[in-house]
Amino acid sequence: MKIIVPIKQVPETSKVKMDPVSGTMIRTGVESIINPLDLYAIETAIRLKEKHGGTITVISMGPPQTMKAIREAIAMGCDGGVLLSDKAFGGADTWATAYTLTLGVRKLGGADLILCGERATDGDTGQVGPGLASMLDLPLVTYVGKLELAGSGKFLAERLVEGGREIVSVAAPVLMTVVKEIGVPRLPTLRGILRAKETEIPVWGPADLEADSTLIGLNGSPTRVVRIHHPQVTRTGEKIVIKEQSNVEKAAQSIIDFMKQRNIL
Amino acid sequence: MKTVNNQHEIEWKDVWTLAEQKGERLHPVSFELLGRGRSLADARGSRLCTVIIGSGVNREDLSELIERGADVVYLVDDPRLANFLVEPYAKILGLLIESYHPEIMIAAATTTGRTVMPYLSAKIRAGLTADCTGLEIEPETGLLLQTRPAIGGNILATIKTPNARPQMATVRPKSTRIPERQPGRAGEIKRIELTEDIFASRVAFERYVPDAEGASSIEEADIVIAGGAGVKTAEGFDPINQLAECLRGAVGASRPCVDHGWQPYAHQVGLSGKTVSPRLYMACGISGAIQHLAGIQTAESIIAINTDPNASIFQLADLGIVGNMFDVLPELIEKIKAIQSSGNR
Repeated sequence: MKIIVPIKQVPETSKVKMDPVSGTMIRTGVESIINPLDLYAIETAIRLKEKHGGTITVISMGPPQTMKAIREAIAMGCDGGVLLSDKAFGGADTWATAYTLTLGVRKLGGADLILCGERATDGDTGQVGPGLASMLDLPLVTYVGKLELAGSGKFLAERLVEGGREIVSVAAPVLMTVVKEIGVPRLPTLRGILRAKETEIPVWGPADLEADSTLIGLNGSPTRVVRIHHPQVTRTGEKIVIKEQSNVEKAAQSIIDFMKQRNIL
Repeated sequence: MKTVNNQHEIEWKDVWTLAEQKGERLHPVSFELLGRGRSLADARGSRLCTVIIGSGVNREDLSELIERGADVVYLVDDPRLANFLVEPYAKILGLLIESYHPEIMIAAATTTGRTVMPYLSAKIRAGLTADCTGLEIEPETGLLLQTRPAIGGNILATIKTPNARPQMATVRPKSTRIPERQPGRAGEIKRIELTEDIFASRVAFERYVPDAEGASSIEEADIVIAGGAGVKTAEGFDPINQLAECLRGAVGASRPCVDHGWQPYAHQVGLSGKTVSPRLYMACGISGAIQHLAGIQTAESIIAINTDPNASIFQLADLGIVGNMFDVLPELIEKIKAIQSSGNR
């Protein structure tokens, strides 16, 4: 089975602190990591490979330092990777990103299964995976929490949807986006890290992909960010301190009063 | 790649919303979208149209769509459309867009909306903005201004789609109130007939397994009672479950609880879980890691109960109780039950 896992490098938000004055995120000195939700796609791919054999290639679009994320994925157990990197790809929205990845996947010769994370923790759109499926004219299964290859050669996938699970079946080739429930991602092994160092990772630009220059990067993006602002995320609420057991009743009553006042109760 | 865009000779008009069927009835978010859509359509001086794709759509729901603001309802009703399948849904919407040229199309940021909208927009080269919390018309240009949180809600980005049409966006459920019903409001229902090839889908729906009875999903609940590391055990969720039950709310959890197996992943709130916008979010024993706060910023009200007076959750709380949830919750449950049984508000 040939598996491709598109990944994204994102800022490591767990190390980020909130500025108590402005109420915004302090981002200086923040490291870049593989999008945490992509790790579940990588893990799913490795498990399928362990069970059914095959190869796993990671693909990413981003600046040159994205190489680090690709090597990390290889260290976890992927076989190879390719980086789509060029200034011309910069400023891409989800449409232009999906288009660029489409060309990359085609140049790789396609795949039986493309596994994506549900969304990236920075942009938080979840649109690139479905867009990629659409442009490659592949069937799409999103929010997959459980995946197996049935005896029939078809995939059985469990989608986590509002209020329940949807079981669907689909034959390869297909693109799926997976959610955290699918399994705990493994850590890179020492052998994997060494292998990742030695793996040659090609870098493809627009010419390698024969990209239409009007469809990549900012130029190719139907949407434009026109304004960014940092909202004040803190709220100035009342704080009640329970100093002794006798205060508990009062605290509970203040919750009741609050709920009544806001018409929740 | 087929493209319906760069066609300036076509007049793109009207605002469309995508209604969603859930079981036999429409999902409430279908009506929420009408509130958004109505103000956009009014600002553009155009019509508000709603598309429903489903099976056996309830007549009463159709008139409710009109009475809550839709001028036209495009009804696509077929037994083969009873369950969501992205390929036929996207094909149908693509055909409708080609025939009627809406300038704006909004859908809910549900698992359905977040699947079909990007699949569709990729095909027709339309711009799509995910999970918007604000939508308005820019007076000078008539363009749709789409505002959405990014990087865990730490920035708000406003996005425009200058040329591609329709301007597409998904909207966070619960981010708008359902507009008032105006009995007798006039509107048109257009039944759309389809050809056989539309129903082809490479993905086959097998079955739906609902979550345990009584459990409502955290994205849809008006009230979410959530537990964090301070809950300490799976049994620690008992008072949280009880409170959620008596308020008809849902149970949420921070990441450590899910990692410890105290709650299933579907209940995880935060950057690697769900983003919720309930009317009330009650955080019990949650310290408030930035990833968790990212998932609750758009909640209307937040109450936090935590023993640590310096917990960051208090920065985001409208009401903070510094104390032990295991003391406060039983007391609170008792009080609420007393109010409910006495029948007064």
